[in-house]
Formats: sequence, structure tokens, C-alpha cells
Amino acid sequence: MQKALKKYFPIFALPTILAFIVAFIVPFGMGIYLSLCKFRTVTNATFIGFDNYAKAFANKDFLNALVFTAEFTVVSVITINVFSFLLALLLTKGIKGTNIFRTVFFMPNLIGGIVLGYIWQLIINGILLKVVGADLTYNASYGFWGLIVLMNWQQIGYMMIIYVAGIQNVPPELIEAAKIDGASTWQTLKSITIPMVMSSFTICLFLTLTNSFKLFDQNLALTAGLPARKTSMLALDIYNTFYGRTGWEGVGQAKAVVFFLIVAVISLTQLVATRSKEVEN
Amino acid sequence: MAKKKKAVDNELAESKQVSTVQAVIIWISLAVLSVLFLAPIFIVLINSFKSKLYISDEPFSLPSAKTFVGLLNYTDGAVKIGFFQSFGWSLFITVLSVGVIVLFTAMTAWVITRIKSKFTSMLYYLFVFAMIVPFQMVMFTMTFVANRLHLDNPIGIIFIYLGFGSGLSVFMFSGFVKSIPIAMEEAAMIDGCNPLQTFFSIVFPMLKPTAITIAILNAMWVWNDYLLPYLILGTERKTIPIAIQYLRGGYGSVDMGAMMAMLVLAIVPIIIFYLTCQKYIIKGVVAGAVKG
Repeated sequence: MQKALKKYFPIFALPTILAFIVAFIVPFGMGIYLSLCKFRTVTNATFIGFDNYAKAFANKDFLNALVFTAEFTVVSVITINVFSFLLALLLTKGIKGTNIFRTVFFMPNLIGGIVLGYIWQLIINGILLKVVGADLTYNASYGFWGLIVLMNWQQIGYMMIIYVAGIQNVPPELIEAAKIDGASTWQTLKSITIPMVMSSFTICLFLTLTNSFKLFDQNLALTAGLPARKTSMLALDIYNTFYGRTGWEGVGQAKAVVFFLIVAVISLTQLVATRSKEVEN
Repeated sequence: MAKKKKAVDNELAESKQVSTVQAVIIWISLAVLSVLFLAPIFIVLINSFKSKLYISDEPFSLPSAKTFVGLLNYTDGAVKIGFFQSFGWSLFITVLSVGVIVLFTAMTAWVITRIKSKFTSMLYYLFVFAMIVPFQMVMFTMTFVANRLHLDNPIGIIFIYLGFGSGLSVFMFSGFVKSIPIAMEEAAMIDGCNPLQTFFSIVFPMLKPTAITIAILNAMWVWNDYLLPYLILGTERKTIPIAIQYLRGGYGSVDMGAMMAMLVLAIVPIIIFYLTCQKYIIKGVVAGAVKG
């Protein structure tokens, strides 16, 4: 079988491999190299070493984006996971209409980031104009909390579904036994349900972590970095460096490499965390 | 037997049940939350029937005789951004990309899982590696390569999507191929099937549940994707997200009426799709999350 398969290997794998080389391998390699070059159109690149990285880390916009992204990620990961876990608890109590509620809560997840951004721009600006008489472009903290609300609206339903699956896997005998032993609802939750859904927590934690950290479309549509790039997250800042500032393409690529390294570290941590859980079980 | 099973079911239901008062309280809070979840879409919908002059100032009031403009925003907006062409391009690119991704990554995953060599395992790890690389890392150089190879058109972008989407899809298919027994494939080959026949008559039908998951995950990605098609196609042939963003334009004021109407038109197909294949979507998304 191996021999026959090897003969047919090109028919099976060549289209994917070619596309993968063109869309990923070559651009990735070029990206690493170009982060060490000064260039405008790729073809006229000259090697300059780590200058771009030095410029990137001396760039106020980049540092601001880094801090903004980190703060946004922490707040959104906590809020999304707390709310979605609470919702999941309510949805596993056997209440009538659970399916309809689940359908409603999950729906925003399917709407694309650009569309979501403009929906919430209307609503948040409407509320802000009424309450403080200014709009999202007035203060960076409005944009920050606007993005948090938007992200919660989009992601709660998704994470809720994963938590529901986890909670439903907890054997009912365990809960029953705890009740007979006189455990309170809180004790049952803390000592049985939460430890039993740890793997769901890991999944949701890292999904929200990477989704929040890599956010672009929602950021572009809701605030576009206003006021004065103060609400630009990393992905948007990299985009603006590439396409908004001539001569800074190399710096943009250096920022992109840094961005990639941070995302890679987060993903590898996840891998290690999931692996170690698997061993325990 | 049946009676006994029913008794067990009842017991199970009871152990999960909460008191009636609690159930009512939970139901009411869930209902309130549902209304809050749907409110944003409803607000956009009512504003899409109001004159553009009244939307920013009074977004929370229902259309009145003074502010109601009927379908004007829809006709204006659709003409302005060419909504129906955009819908066509989005549909064209999404359907073909998803089809191509599902077919070719399934084929690739099967051979690189079944052929045991250093080369195939290196390929596998490259695909896994690609999953963790964010788009910004390759966006500039990928756009350059695509332009150079004349892939900057609605057909070429399908090839790009196959390349950039192959990481997750090959990874997920490989995981499933590993779990199916090799004996059936070997039997088919001994009976004289060539690898192509074996794949399409034996392997692919077994991959169907994973294929549905992968199709849904990729469809959601491609349909909603903004940056990749914008960089590759520009604004000459717009997908729906590009068309919506295009409405905002440069620094001029936005036509809020057209914006509201186009947001509604962008959401409607998604809701229809969601309500018709809800079961698969939720299952697919969960499976994708757990494996990815």
C-alpha cells in the first residue's frame, strides 16, 4: 500500500502543498528576512540588521498598542469566561426553552467583525451622546470599553456552548452524592462541577486569549484607532505601519515578527497546558 | 424494560431540576438577557427605515411619520456599494474556497498520515506550525507574492485561501484519519482499487462528519474575512465586508442610512444560514474548538 500511495502522492498532495508554499511558506520566509531590511516594494530591499526592531520598540504607537492590547485581552478574557460560564450553568438546569436561549446567545458569533463593529458603533455612540454628550472618538477609554462590550457580545455564546458541553459531561451521580452528603450548591459547584470542567476552561481561556489578542476587524470598524491611534491594537498598528507610513515597511514587518512571537508563545503555552492535563486524566 | 428506563430518566431529570420558583426566576433572567442580545440587531433594523439625518441623533427611537423613509436607504445603499455584486462575489469565493479546501486538504491529510516518512511528518508539522502564525506576519509579503503570480483576482484568491487555510484543515483531517482502521483501505487496494478509488469510495465517506465541521469553520472564516480579500482584490471587486467598510470611505461623513440598510442586508443571509443548519454549526464549532 505504501508503494502505491507514494506513486499517487503528487495527485493527492501537490495542489495543497503548492498553495501552502505560495500563500504561507514563501511569505513567511520573506517576512522574517524583510524584517531585517529596509525596503519599499520588496524588490529593492537592503539588509540593515536589527534597526527595524530598534525603531519598532522606540515607536510610541507600537508600545501604546502593546499595552492597550494586553489590557484589553486581560479584561475581555475574564469577563467573557465569567459570563459564559454563568450562562452555561443556567442553561444546564433543565429550564424550558433552553434551546431557544442557546440559539439566541450563540448567534452574534457568526456575524463578521466589520459588521459587528458598525452595529456597536451606532449603539455606543447613541448612548454616549445621550449620557456624556460626546462620541467614541472623544476618549480612548470609551473605545476600550466599547470593544470589551462588543467582544463579550460576540464571544459569550461560543464559550457558553463549550462550557455547556463540559457541564453535561459531569456524571449526575456525583452531584447527587454530594447533595445526599449535605453539600450546598456553592460547595458542589466549587468541588465537583468546576474541577470536572477544567478542560473546557483551558480551551475557552486560550480561545478568548488568542481571539482578543489578534483582534483586527472589530477594532478597525468600531474606533479605527481614534482618538489619535490611542485605541489601536497591535494588529491595527502593524497594518497602519505597513500601509500608512511610507518608508516604514521594514518596521511594520519587524512589528509583525514580534506580534507573531507573542502569539506563538501563547499557543505553545496552551499546547503544554492541554498536554499536561491529558496526562493527569 | 421501557418502564424501568423511564423511571431512570425521571430520576435523572429530577436530580437536575430546580424548584419551580427558582426555575421561573432563571427563565425570566434568561429571557431578559435574550432581549438584550437581540436588541443591537433590532436597533439597526429600525434605523434602516429612518432618514439618514435622524439616525446618529436619535438611534433609539422608532421611525415616526417625519423620519420614516421606507426602503430608500436600501435602494440607495445597494446602488452605492453594489451590494448585490458583493453578495455574488462573497458567495462565489466562499463556496469555491470551502469546496477546494475540504477536498484537497482531506486528500493531503490522508496520504501524509498513511505514508510514514520523514518528509510527510515534516509536512505535517509545517501545517501545524502555520496554525499559530497570525495573518499580519505574512500579509505584506503574501500580497506581494499574489500580485507577482497574478493571483489577485477572484479565482486566484481561492488558491490563496487553500494555502492559508490548509493548516487547520489538514491538522483536523489528519487527527481523524489516524483514528480510522487501515484494514478497509488495504482490503480495497488488494481487491485492485487504485489509491484514488480507495480514497473516494472508502476513506472520504468516513471523513464526512469531520468534513462538515471543516466546511463550516472555513465558510465562517472566508465569508466574514475582510483583510485578506481587501489586500488581494482591492475595492474593484468587493466582498460584503469590503463593501461595508468601503461605505465608511475616507474622512468624509458616513451615509448612516445606507450603512444601517447594508448592515441589515449583511446580517440576513447569516441568520438564514444559521437557522437552517444550526445543529451542524454548533456541533462543528465545538468540535473545531476542542481539536484546534
